[in-house]
Amino acid sequence: MSLQILVLAALDGIAYGALVFLVAVGMTLVFGVMRILNVAHGSFYALGAYAAASLGIAMAGMGLSPWLAFPMFIVAAAVVGITVGGLMERFLLQRIYGYEETLQLLVTFAVFMMLENVQRLVWGVQPYFYSDPLRQLGNVNVAGITYTAYQTLFLPLVALAVLFGLRFFLRYTLAGSVIVAVTEDREAATAIGINARRVFFLTFVIGVTLASLGGALASPTTSVLPGMGAEMIVLSFAVAATAGLGQIEGAAIAALLIGLGRSMAVFFAPEFEVVMPYLIMVLVLLIRPEGLFGKTTARKI
Amino acid sequence: MLMRVIFPAIVLLAALNPLVFPQWDAFLTIVFAKALPVIGIILLLQAGQVSFGHAMFFAIGAYTAGFVGRWMGGGGELFLLLLAALAASVVAGLFVGIFVVRYRYIFFAMLNLAFSMVLFSLLEKFIHITGGSDGLRISRPTLLGQEMSRANYEFGIYYVSLALLALAIFGAWRLMDSPVGHAMKAIKSNETRVEYLGISPRRTLLVVYVASAALAGVGGALVGVFQGIATPDYAYWTRSGEFVFVAILGGAGQVLGALAGSFSFEFIRVTAAAYLGDTWQLTLGLMLLGIILFAPAGIVGSLVNVGNRWRGRRTREKPSPLGEAKEAVR
Amino acid sequence: MKGKLVLSSLAAAFALAVAQPAMAQDAPENIKIGITTFTSGAASVFGVPAQAAAQMIAEDINAAGGIQGAQVQLFFVDEGAGAEALTTEVRRLVQDEDVDVMMASISSGNCINLTPLMEDLEVLNILWDCGTQRIFEEEESTYNFRTQANATPEMMAALLYLLKTKPDFETIAVVNQDYAWGRDSWELFSAALKKLKPEVEIVAELFPRLGAPDFSAEISRLLATQPDVILSTSWGGDLDTFVQQANQRGLFNNSTFVLPLAESSIQRLGGVLPDGVIVGARGDHYFLHPETKDDEDMKAFVDKFREKTGAYPIYSVFHMAQAFAALQAAYDKAAEANGGDFPDRAQVIAAMEGLEFKGYGRPLTIREDNQALEAQLMGVSRTVEGYDFPIIDDMMIFDAEGIMAPPGENSLEWIGTLDASFIETEASEYKHEE
Repeated sequence: MSLQILVLAALDGIAYGALVFLVAVGMTLVFGVMRILNVAHGSFYALGAYAAASLGIAMAGMGLSPWLAFPMFIVAAAVVGITVGGLMERFLLQRIYGYEETLQLLVTFAVFMMLENVQRLVWGVQPYFYSDPLRQLGNVNVAGITYTAYQTLFLPLVALAVLFGLRFFLRYTLAGSVIVAVTEDREAATAIGINARRVFFLTFVIGVTLASLGGALASPTTSVLPGMGAEMIVLSFAVAATAGLGQIEGAAIAALLIGLGRSMAVFFAPEFEVVMPYLIMVLVLLIRPEGLFGKTTARKI
Repeated sequence: MLMRVIFPAIVLLAALNPLVFPQWDAFLTIVFAKALPVIGIILLLQAGQVSFGHAMFFAIGAYTAGFVGRWMGGGGELFLLLLAALAASVVAGLFVGIFVVRYRYIFFAMLNLAFSMVLFSLLEKFIHITGGSDGLRISRPTLLGQEMSRANYEFGIYYVSLALLALAIFGAWRLMDSPVGHAMKAIKSNETRVEYLGISPRRTLLVVYVASAALAGVGGALVGVFQGIATPDYAYWTRSGEFVFVAILGGAGQVLGALAGSFSFEFIRVTAAAYLGDTWQLTLGLMLLGIILFAPAGIVGSLVNVGNRWRGRRTREKPSPLGEAKEAVR
Repeated sequence: MKGKLVLSSLAAAFALAVAQPAMAQDAPENIKIGITTFTSGAASVFGVPAQAAAQMIAEDINAAGGIQGAQVQLFFVDEGAGAEALTTEVRRLVQDEDVDVMMASISSGNCINLTPLMEDLEVLNILWDCGTQRIFEEEESTYNFRTQANATPEMMAALLYLLKTKPDFETIAVVNQDYAWGRDSWELFSAALKKLKPEVEIVAELFPRLGAPDFSAEISRLLATQPDVILSTSWGGDLDTFVQQANQRGLFNNSTFVLPLAESSIQRLGGVLPDGVIVGARGDHYFLHPETKDDEDMKAFVDKFREKTGAYPIYSVFHMAQAFAALQAAYDKAAEANGGDFPDRAQVIAAMEGLEFKGYGRPLTIREDNQALEAQLMGVSRTVEGYDFPIIDDMMIFDAEGIMAPPGENSLEWIGTLDASFIETEASEYKHEE
């Protein structure tokens, strides 16, 4: 019985951790490259979810196949990333790269407040629900318990794909190498002719796209409603900080840790479910302030 | 000039206000009470550190007032509640401070955030003690042993808040000009150099951290006893963000910025909520952006600049208390 | 000196903006009504439809000549902006705008917060939606009145319906939102369950946080324990998510669900909510209320609301209608007692005592403890032709007296006095009619 429960809790934890990773990795990437902790990151998660849900409902209304939802998620995320993220980088962040971290943090806080409001103005306050893709993939049976294939298989696979995709991108492609170069030593990179601004733009758009992809992928599993971004920000913070800011592989492990901690809590100590991510974060930071995988100096991505 | 003429003048005006615009008392009481944590934030900003978790002490102050009031029976005595809140927030500040002063910048901000979110979750969880998300009722305490009607009580609280705020502004102003204050500024510009001088940056930061926690605690207790309730929202991260917001809005270079910022913030919030419909967050967000991009010295700092230019002075306030623009990648 | 100048000119501007002369008491043009409701945050699923209803009702009242000749004028306050912003704004309405009556609020926390303020400010307050049973049980009130039921009868009705229709269950689990309503409602429900059917085993008590985006782990645990009955008093997006995830993973197959607030989610959930789920509506609120659905005013109300919002009214809309119905009845009663002249505020408050009024369900009465007696409607979800969401079938309507604590008595203590005969509490039964 207890082995069965461990398996169940592990599956739930992995599914949850995968989703959190997708969002947190964008935040940690942006921080790694730009040294900006983007408080509005959770709002992009919410925007991605809203965009995917409303597009999905519209597509269902047109009678299109639910399978089309999967490419649509990527499109929706990219659209949010390029338009909202691109505009924010181009017209706001570019003005403040020289500023102190605190002010940069506050600029993103201001964007967070505005986007929270804009969401309500655009989408209203009623929850949206779009679960066709979830049902499309059907169920799987593990240890006599029904799971959705979407959550137990699809989301972790996407998370893995993003993880390895990012690794590959940063290590083996030119654009990725340029990003790494700027991260390691901006002056030297600029000296050899790399356009740091363009790198920042690219990184930020990728980061925002990942957040909204997380939102888009979450939309079939949850009600899309106002305030969903504010919670996700703190959770992403917790993952990014537990891992060490800027650590991509670390974020995957931290997300898994937090996901497992949470689902174990549901089975064994339900009262601790909510506190779990923050407890993990506080404990890790107290012992290793730079995070589990962070390096004290010269942080890399 | 700012602290010797304008500050006493504002306090005097505020003290006379209930005779002229009594309908303003409630609004101003909140402004005063919520300026207290902002003073604490401004103090920390002198060392370049920003806490995204000071709402935790705000909540500790408010809940302490509620618990002590309940324990004393009735509502307790206001000054004892404030003392208790002060003591609790000092203890909590010391406890959390010992851990967080080891970290700087983003890590300092995030660790504070983590602590406050733990507190927030616990306040929501332990519903039988804290009342959960409905919050803890705080009955009206006596004032110097006097049972009071709401009108008199609010009149009293108005002056208590004003007095505490004036005291805190004055104290913080003196502190910023004391050796501790100078050490704080030195920590920001070059921490290693501070160590070479034989000053412990951690200890200095801890002293200021505890002071800022105490200010937040008293502010929280005042809001709590005035509103008659303490809710877990008092500890939520967006409130911590608001404190920092208000500090930048008012101008983190001057302690008086806390009052100017708090006033403007509450004013916009109330008027926007009342007249602009559901756009108060948008309004506040735009305002914050505008301040950071175009008037980074904040309201008070900008006014000082204008005043100096007007009088032909050459000294100029720094664009930001946080220092000149720095390189993005250190 | 600029600082002071700017501050004081701001001060003057603000004072001008907020200070308006009070209306003379005896020749009112308007009855000013302050309404607190959620226009932001998760609970706006109740607040926004209710706000639309309030505007609609006010238009109707004014078109019909107002209340005792006075036009009603509404002022809305967002409960989602936080406790301080709420109290500040409510104070402003009472002290500067000089509203005649407040209607506050949806959140129980806000009700607990505002009721003592209303006592001190001496203004009539109608608790129009909040459910906590504690308010009038813990403190007496002169200016606060509640025009709907409270948590106790709502939970007792759900429990009775369950015991009457599925008497043979052995295990139960609860998945409630982790806040006062979720905790209090379970406390009431489980206390009564222990008295009425002590052999039932509680196999899981889960309280995911308010606004939780994911219930996968909770559902896994419930699938592993297979309780006969699963209770959830959740609402809004939380309930939608829970039902959706539970349905997808087959949790409805083996367990009977009791969802006392599902009436407010049923239109959004549509076909996702399976048939046979026990649903309630925090009172006898239902646009197909078996006793009133053919009334002309009910039909007109439902049609007009659908025209305005595109949805059928939910319970918060009916609660709002009840608050206005009570207000109108109180003014009429007070005017009559005043020899036909427009009543002053004290007379209106006096008229609230023992007031009888009717919304779109059974008639209501305000008890001596300022708490209304409101009937409770429960039923099961059923898919039928003509609606793209399940309707409520096999309805039972319980009268309030039998299922709530008498005035002045604590609900939990009252529940402690119950015995098995309580299951026999009478109910009127109805089938859905095509």
